[in-house]
Amino acid sequence: MSSVAPADLPIDKELADGEAAELAEREPGTKAARVKKRLTSRTATIASLVIAVVWTIPTFGLLVSSFRPAELIRTTGWWTIFQNPGFTLENYATVLFSTSSSSPQLGSYLVNSIAITLLGTLITLVFAAMAAYAFAWIRFKWVNWLFIFVFALQIIPLQMSLVPLLQIFSTWLRPMQAWLHDIVPIIPEQNYLPLWLAHAMFGLPLAIFLLHNFISDIPADVIEAAKVDGATHGQIFFRIVLPLATPALASFAIFQFIWVWNDLLVALIFSGGTQDVAPITQRLAELVGTRGQEWQLLTAAAFVSIVIPLIVFFSLQRYFVRGLLAGATKG
Amino acid sequence: MTTPDLLGKILQVVMGLVVLAAVVGLLIFFIDKAPKKGRDYWQLALFLLPAMLFVAIGLVYPAIRTSFLAFQNNAGEWSLDNFIWMFTQPAAIRTLINTVLWVALAPVISTVIGLAYAVFIDKSRGEKYYKVILFMPIAISFVGAGVIWGFVYDYNGVGDQIGLLNAIVVAFGGEPVQWLQTDPINTILLIVIMIWIQTGFAMVLLSAAIKGVPTEQIEAAELDGTNAWQRFMNVTVPGIRGSLVVVFTTISIATLKVFDIVRTMTAGNFNTSVVANEMYTQAFRASEIGRGSALALILFVFVLPIVIYNVNVLRKQREIR
Amino acid sequence: MRIRRHRRWMAPVVAAAAVGLALTGCTGDIAGEDAADTDCADYEEYGTFDDAEVTVAGTILDLEADRLSESWADFETCTGISVDYQGSSEFEAQIAVLAEGGNAPDVGIVPQPGLLNRLAAGGWLIPASQPVVDNIDEWWDPIWKEYATVDGEVYAAPLMASIKGYIWYSPAEFEENGYEIPATLDELTALSEQIASDSGRQPWCVGLESGDATGWPGTDWIEDYVLRLHGPEVYDQWVTHGIPFNDPQIAEAFDGVGAYLKNEEMVNAGIGNVSTLVTEAFQTGGLPILDGECSLHHQASFYETFWNPDGGDANTVASDGTVFAFLLPPEEAGGGLQVTGGGEFPVAFRDAEEVEAFRHYLSSDLWANNRVSLGGVISANKGLDPEVASSELLVQSIEILQNPETTFRFDGSDLMPGAVGADSFWKGIVAWVGGEDTAQVLDTIEASWPAS
Repeated sequence: MSSVAPADLPIDKELADGEAAELAEREPGTKAARVKKRLTSRTATIASLVIAVVWTIPTFGLLVSSFRPAELIRTTGWWTIFQNPGFTLENYATVLFSTSSSSPQLGSYLVNSIAITLLGTLITLVFAAMAAYAFAWIRFKWVNWLFIFVFALQIIPLQMSLVPLLQIFSTWLRPMQAWLHDIVPIIPEQNYLPLWLAHAMFGLPLAIFLLHNFISDIPADVIEAAKVDGATHGQIFFRIVLPLATPALASFAIFQFIWVWNDLLVALIFSGGTQDVAPITQRLAELVGTRGQEWQLLTAAAFVSIVIPLIVFFSLQRYFVRGLLAGATKG
Repeated sequence: MTTPDLLGKILQVVMGLVVLAAVVGLLIFFIDKAPKKGRDYWQLALFLLPAMLFVAIGLVYPAIRTSFLAFQNNAGEWSLDNFIWMFTQPAAIRTLINTVLWVALAPVISTVIGLAYAVFIDKSRGEKYYKVILFMPIAISFVGAGVIWGFVYDYNGVGDQIGLLNAIVVAFGGEPVQWLQTDPINTILLIVIMIWIQTGFAMVLLSAAIKGVPTEQIEAAELDGTNAWQRFMNVTVPGIRGSLVVVFTTISIATLKVFDIVRTMTAGNFNTSVVANEMYTQAFRASEIGRGSALALILFVFVLPIVIYNVNVLRKQREIR
Repeated sequence: MRIRRHRRWMAPVVAAAAVGLALTGCTGDIAGEDAADTDCADYEEYGTFDDAEVTVAGTILDLEADRLSESWADFETCTGISVDYQGSSEFEAQIAVLAEGGNAPDVGIVPQPGLLNRLAAGGWLIPASQPVVDNIDEWWDPIWKEYATVDGEVYAAPLMASIKGYIWYSPAEFEENGYEIPATLDELTALSEQIASDSGRQPWCVGLESGDATGWPGTDWIEDYVLRLHGPEVYDQWVTHGIPFNDPQIAEAFDGVGAYLKNEEMVNAGIGNVSTLVTEAFQTGGLPILDGECSLHHQASFYETFWNPDGGDANTVASDGTVFAFLLPPEEAGGGLQVTGGGEFPVAFRDAEEVEAFRHYLSSDLWANNRVSLGGVISANKGLDPEVASSELLVQSIEILQNPETTFRFDGSDLMPGAVGADSFWKGIVAWVGGEDTAQVLDTIEASWPAS
C-alpha cells in the first residue's frame, strides 16, 4: 500500500501546524484538559488515522486527477502519477475562464452562488431557531403533535414540491418582482427572492428538528431563573438561548450552507437560468456536457466548487470547539 | 457582469438582510407586547408563525397535492392504476428490498464510525484538521462524488485498470470485477458512498454533543476507577443520547431520499434501484407524475416507523422534565 | 462580546465576497456587434423591434451552443431582438415542470416529438404561425410536419437533424483486406464472420453506457432493424402502440440485433466480453477502431466529433481518411434507403411577435445554411446546399435526407411515451444484453406502456 504514502504526509504536516493553534485555543491547566489527555490512547490515535486515510483516498485521487491531462485520466490510474507523469492546469483554466458564449462569465455565477447561499442559510437559520425555541420551551399539548408533524415533513421529496411551488411563485411573487424592478432598475426582474424562499422552505423541517434537540438540552433552571428575573420570551431567546446554542447553530449553518451551495435542482427550476440569478453549480453542469464523459473537467469543477464551503467550515470551526454549555456552567 | 449588475446584486442581498432583520424585530416586538390574557399562546404563535407559513406553502400543500395525484391516471381520472403498476412490475419488489437494505446499513454504520471518530479525536492535537478530512465528502457536490467513486469502482476489460478497487485486486493477482454491474455487491458499494458522505455529518454533530457532556461527571467516574470504555458507555453515551437519536434519524431520512448516488452511478440498472430513484425517473424522465406520486407515498409509509420511534423518544424527554 | 461575534460571522462572508469580486475582475463586458458591419437585406422580412428579448433553452451545450448562438448573431443585429440561449443537460427533465409552473423560456428546443406531444397535451405550447407553417411545407418532407403536429395543430418547424444507423469502419483496413461495403443485412453478417475469421478477434465494438440513459444506443439498433425488416408501416404502428411491443415482428428485430450484441464471437472487440457493453461509454465505444482492435461500430452521424477525443484533427473522417461510415444496409438490395434519425423542434411558450419572428427565421433555408456552414451538424431542410456542410460524411447525410427515394423515420424511442422511450426501453436493453431472454424483456416493456 505504498500508494497511500502521499496521503499520509499532509496529515502529519497538518498535525504539526495545528499544534500551535490548538494550544492557543485550549485553556491551559484545566482539569478537563488533563483528563482528556489520559483518555486518548494510542489505539484511538491509530484508529482515527486509519479512518482519516481511508476517507481521504478517494478525494485525493480526484485532486491528483484534476491536474492530469484527459488522455492520461482515461488510460492510467491516478496512483501511477510517477510512472506516467503529466501535469496540466488546463482543466482548471477551462473551468474558470472558458468563454463559451452560452454562459460567459464565471464571476457573476460565483456572486450569485454567494448571494443565494448567504440568505438561503440565514433565513432558514433564524426562523428555525425561533420555531425550535417555541417547540422546546413553550408548553402546550398540541404543540408536541405539531412538532412531530413538522418533523415528518422531512420525508417529502422536494421534487414533488417543485411544480406547485413554482405555480404559487409565478402567481404571487412575479408581480412583486416586476414592481421592484420598476422602482429600482438595477435589480433585474429575475431576482434571488424565489430561490431564497424555496431553500428556506425545503430546509426548515430538518433545521427545526436539529436545533430543537440542542435548544431543549439547555438546563431548565437557566430559563426559569431568567423568567423569575422578569425576562420576556424575546429577551430569553436573544440573550440566553442563542448564545448557548451557538455550536448547534454554527454546525447547522455549515450544513445548510453546503446544501444550498451544492444544490442544482432548485436552481434549475427557480433561477430562470440567466446569469442574473443562476449559481455556479448550474454553470459547471453546463460545462461538463450532456453526457458527462468530460472527467477531466468534472474533477477540476468539483474542486472549484469546494473551496468556499471549506473557507466557511474553517471560519466557523471555533464554535464547535467550545463546549455546548461552556457559557452556562461558568455563569 | 457590469458594475450596475454587481451593484444590483449587492443591493438585493442588503435589502434581503434588512427585510429579514425587520421581520424578526417586528415579531419580537409583538411577542414582548403580547396581551396578558393567553400570553403564552400568543408568544408561541408568533415564534412559530414564519416557519409554519413557509412549510405550509412549500411542503404541506404540495404533499396533499401529491397524495391526490397518486390516485389519478394521466387523464386525470380517479384510479388505482399507479399502485397496481407499482406492485405488479417485476423490479418493484427488488426496489423495495434495496431501499430497506439502504436504511438498515447506511445510518447505523455512519453513526457508529462518526461517533468513534469524534470520541477519538476529541481534544486531541490537530482536531480541526481531523474534522476537515471527514467533513470534505459533504462539501463535495454529488456530481463530484460520482466522479470520485467512478475512479474507485471503474472496470477495464483490457489494459490498465483506472479504478482503484480493481487495481488492488489485480495487484494481488485477481481478475478485475465489474463492481457496479454485479448484483448484489453493487448495492452494497453504493451504500458505501452514502456512508462516506454521511459520516462527516454524524461526526460534526456528535462532536458538538460530546463537548456538552459535563467534565465533572467524567472526572467523577474516573475517580471511581472505571476504565475508558466504561466511562464512554456509562457517562458519554447517556449524555449524548438525544443527539444520537437525532443524527441517526436524520441520516435515515436522507438515506430514504437518496437518488443522486444511484442515478449517477448505475441509473438504477443491474438491480440497484431504490424507491426515491424510481420516483424521480417516473416523474421527470418518464413524465408519469401519477406513478412518481404513488412512489412518494410509499416513502411516507417507510418513514412512519422512524416517526413513531421519535415520538416515543420525545414523550420520554418531556416526562423527565 | 456581541460585536466580536459579529465580526467572526463576517469573516467568511467578506472572504467569499472578495473572491467573487476578484473573479469578476477577470471577466469583461461582452461587446455587442455593430449593425453597420452586417448586411441586413436577407433579414428584412423578419421586421425590426426595439428592445425585444427572446429567451431560448435546450439540451445543446458547449461548442455546439456557441455555434448555435453564432447562427443567429446577424438576425439579432438586424432585427434588434436579443436572443439569450441557456443550455442545460437537465432540460428534458425540467421543461415540463417549468412550463407547468409558468416559468418556461420563450422558446424550448425539444429533441423528442414525444416530449413535444406531452407539452402540447399540457396546453402550454403556442401553435406555429402561418409563415412558419409555410416554411415547413416548402422545405421539409411531410413526415417532419407530422412529428410536430398534435391533434391537427402544428407546433414547430424542425431545426437540425441527425442520421442514425451509420456503421463506422476503417477505410484502410477494408482496402487492405479487400472488404466490400455490404448491400444487404445478410452481406453484413457475412462480412462480420469474414472479419472474425481473418483477424481472430470480434469484429464489433459497442458502448451502451450513458449515465442515467444507459442503453439508448441499443434502442437505435432495434429501431434500425424494425424499419429494415418490416418497413415504415409496421414501424409507425410499433411507435404508436398500434401493435404491442411484444409483437413477434419486434421480437424478430430483437433477435436480429441479438445475433451481434449477445454473441461472444461478435462483441466486444478491444474492450472485453459481452458484459462490457453496458460499462463502456457510448462516447468511447468506437475508439478501438483507431487502434485496429475493432472493425465495425454502429452509431449516429454525430459520432464524427468523438473520433478526436482530445481535440485536434489527427483522425480524419473521410472515405480516404482514418475512419468513415456506411449506412446499415436494407434487407433486400435495391430500392430507396430506409433511415432512422433524430432532430429538434423549437417550440414556443410565449405568444409574442418577436418569438414568432425568431421561429420564422429558424425555419428558413437561410438559417439552415448559416448554421450548417458553421460546421458539425446537418438539417433536413431541402433549401440547404449540401456543399456548405463541414465534412464528406455530413454532405452525404444531407444528400440522403434530401433524396426523395429515402424513407425517413424518427428515432422510435423519442416518439414513444416517456415511460417507455426514456425509461423501460433503455432498461430493457440493459437487461437484455445482460442475458435476459427476448420474450421476457419485451413483456416487461409492454407492461410499462402507459394506459392512456
